[in-house]
Amino acid sequence: MSVVGEQLQPTIFELSRPGRGGGKIPHPPAGALDRIPASARRATPPALPEIAEPEVVRHYVNLSTLNYAVDTGFYPLGSCTMKYNPKLNEWAARLPGFAALHPLAPDAAAQGTLQLLWELEAMLAEISGMTAVTLQPAAGAQGELTGILMVRAYHASRGDLERTEVLVPDSSHGTNPATASMAGFKTITIPSAPDGGVDLDAFRAALGPRTAAIMITNPSTLGLFEARIGELLEATHAVGALAYMDGANLNAILGRFRPGEAGFDVMHINTHKTFSTPHGGGGPGAGPVGVRDALEPFLPGPRVIREADGSFRLERSGERPTSIGRVRSFFGSTGVLVRAYAYLRSHGGTGLREVSDDAVLAANYLKALVGQAYQVPFDRPCMHEFVASAADLKHRTGVRTLDVAKRLIDKGYHPPTIYFPLTVEEAMLIEPTETESLETLDGFAAALIEIAREAETDPELVTSAPHDAPVRRLDEASAARQPNLRWRGMTGSEMPCPD
Amino acid sequence: MPYGPHAAGDRARMLEVVGVDSVDRLFDDIPEALRSGPLRLDPPEPELELSARLQALAGRNLTDLAGFLGAGAYRHWTPAAVDQMLLRSEWYTAYTPYQPEVSQGTLQSIYEYQSLLAELTAMDVVSASHYDGGAATAEAALMTSRATGRKRVLVSRGVHPHYRGTLATYAAGAGLTVEDIPLVAQGPSAGTTDFAALERLLADGIPVAGVVAANPNVLGLLEDMPRVGELAHGAGALFVHVIEPVSLAVLATPGETGADIACGEGQPLGIPLQYGGPYLGIVACRNALVRQIPGRLVGLTRDLDGKRAFVMTMRAREQDIRREKAASNICTNQALLALAAGIYLTAIGPHGLRDVAALGAARASELEAALAAAGAPRIHDGPYLNEFVVRVPDAPRVHARLLELGVLAGIPTADLLPGEPALDDGLLVCATEVTTPAEISRFASALAAELTMAAGLTGGAA
Repeated sequence: MSVVGEQLQPTIFELSRPGRGGGKIPHPPAGALDRIPASARRATPPALPEIAEPEVVRHYVNLSTLNYAVDTGFYPLGSCTMKYNPKLNEWAARLPGFAALHPLAPDAAAQGTLQLLWELEAMLAEISGMTAVTLQPAAGAQGELTGILMVRAYHASRGDLERTEVLVPDSSHGTNPATASMAGFKTITIPSAPDGGVDLDAFRAALGPRTAAIMITNPSTLGLFEARIGELLEATHAVGALAYMDGANLNAILGRFRPGEAGFDVMHINTHKTFSTPHGGGGPGAGPVGVRDALEPFLPGPRVIREADGSFRLERSGERPTSIGRVRSFFGSTGVLVRAYAYLRSHGGTGLREVSDDAVLAANYLKALVGQAYQVPFDRPCMHEFVASAADLKHRTGVRTLDVAKRLIDKGYHPPTIYFPLTVEEAMLIEPTETESLETLDGFAAALIEIAREAETDPELVTSAPHDAPVRRLDEASAARQPNLRWRGMTGSEMPCPD
Repeated sequence: MPYGPHAAGDRARMLEVVGVDSVDRLFDDIPEALRSGPLRLDPPEPELELSARLQALAGRNLTDLAGFLGAGAYRHWTPAAVDQMLLRSEWYTAYTPYQPEVSQGTLQSIYEYQSLLAELTAMDVVSASHYDGGAATAEAALMTSRATGRKRVLVSRGVHPHYRGTLATYAAGAGLTVEDIPLVAQGPSAGTTDFAALERLLADGIPVAGVVAANPNVLGLLEDMPRVGELAHGAGALFVHVIEPVSLAVLATPGETGADIACGEGQPLGIPLQYGGPYLGIVACRNALVRQIPGRLVGLTRDLDGKRAFVMTMRAREQDIRREKAASNICTNQALLALAAGIYLTAIGPHGLRDVAALGAARASELEAALAAAGAPRIHDGPYLNEFVVRVPDAPRVHARLLELGVLAGIPTADLLPGEPALDDGLLVCATEVTTPAEISRFASALAAELTMAAGLTGGAA
């Protein structure tokens, strides 16, 4: 019995029959488009499918059942914080007062949303220990770009134009070096020490007058708190560089460690990780960025401003010439931010600390259980996630991490993040989150342990997994070699009626 | 904690297995000097009270106005089936389909989105997806630089100012020079891209990587897009066509105008206004540029048994594989909004989409006539689809006054496009299929009264 639906679906193009559907929009008056010159018109109408609403609904409902999701089961995807997404937040974002508000509505028409955004900024500043926050970046990676562009503007404002390098640990997310490149910097990769932290000697050797910033994920992608963080920050600031914190793993340290207070200059927050806004099958997220005093003048615009009379307004274009400018259209992913606001209010300061306590406890508990059958490379308490490795298993039985992951699907679970971080052989990055019950954690650990046993007794069973899924492993090589990226198969009987 | 799963005793059992007496011990790696005190935030709010707070905040926004505001985000009617489908949590509580065997729903929906947008734009390849119209335009411009090896981009001032602003921010990082192509100030082509200026810009200075223009442009005017393409290609540059997707049901497509890349904002395809996002950035290109396109691509392939299936592909462009050499740093994107656009297009169908565009055009014609009769004629002569600029002296004051009367009279062009003297006395207004004749007459009569009063005051002073 598959953990997701078993019936693959035809494409919407194959379901199309001329003359079906329609009737949703009143007919426009004849000649409505006569004033559009022929040269500006489309020559042939788009061949979009024609399907009646009942079939449209069945198509998308049946497709949705082919997905594994947090609401269908345990999703321990490391580094992604797949926690429960509260339904109150979905309801709130759909309130017409929020959902129907035009992004260029005058401030007087947007006071409710502006107040919410202003309060959210203040809450995130308190959590991160930063002075000021921008809510604009649309995702963590855009938050990184925003932060590093501010670093660039900061150095330039001081006439310090020789800083061309950004230091990044080898265990970092790929977005960090990709961001450094987009912001015009050269990436210098720093190796990890045997204990999983940044190698302090290598780090010091790489630091210098050319260093613009360091980008550090803390807790790291190995699920470890960077115990030498004080030394790293001190060394960074001693050479005049700034410290960026990738906040992807903030879920471990709410109310325990405030990066701004500890000395980081800038960080991003993933609302879709720490603050439960849904992951949406790949997005949308939001990537607010917090900064300390030195970077505040460079924040992107427009910011939300609270006037002396208690009303709110958006900053006007050009009002703050030091700003790095816009990073997107309009204000931001406000619909996502409404959800994050509801999450923060529902937890409050005490609830957020409990979130991290329970997330860290769950990860350590699971690590203790999984450690019975897999290597756990770092023998110290983990934060909200941990790395396990199937390297021994592979050497003994030929069963790889990929096979273990696929076999987990047969057992009813979404696999963890695999082959990341790159610094651990046959890595599985496992993040349970705080919203999973003891029974769920026990069940997952038992499944992983059983797979290790199967690898010894019947490796073929594992290497040919999944067996209970709508499709088996895919031919990814030919998909990339001869890409088919759009449907071109609409035949005569599927083409829409002429207008 | 409102969503915590633990029963009494669960934590104690977990601590015992971990082998520590308190959860505090698990945080021992945090240096003592750097540990933080309690968060100074309000106490947790129960759902009953929080829902009232949220309703009160939403209620403070004014959304029941007669709205004529577009300028890059558009009020449209969305079939009820769209949100009902989006509320299935198999969609919104999944993440990136890294495990295709249990993600065929998301993967097929993205492939269908790519196919639908490819059909709508008449381009070969559509990536899924980008943050919004601004970020998509910035990524498109960076793409022209990667593809040509050139570092200079020309952007028409007819491109939305937020897109130009976003592009300028991204360009600063990438070391690109961005120059504006001015708009024609007077005459029959007023408000559209100045081709004489474009020719000069292409002829002078370092070689140009890309030329970016929008249709309709930010003033609602239709541009001679094939001409932009000819001029760009004549100088060895790529042509980026900024689209508005609903208009493509009737207007010439990027595929037809000779564009190499199309980009734009997908919000009109069934996505609520929600004060700016989450929206949907569209980027499309011709086959020749497929290795340069940023963002996720889903391809059709087979499984081991030969069954048709879908998978993320051409991943060697992406940050998690290529790190500092990736085409972009984008990771989390707007997948759920791409799904919304796909459901919208499927539910509304090809004729429905054409009707949305045509009905908007019809309502806009009515609006144009009513506002002209009220004393506010169009500023420009050129053709438009459903958005245009009318001349209103002292437009920001009139706009504020009409808001008090329950009319959101578009946006003063002086606010949207500062630095264009020809637009100082303008309001950019739009109509769509949801605009009603009653709203139009409310706007027109309020405006007429306001202009009459203003004329009377001016007359009295003179």
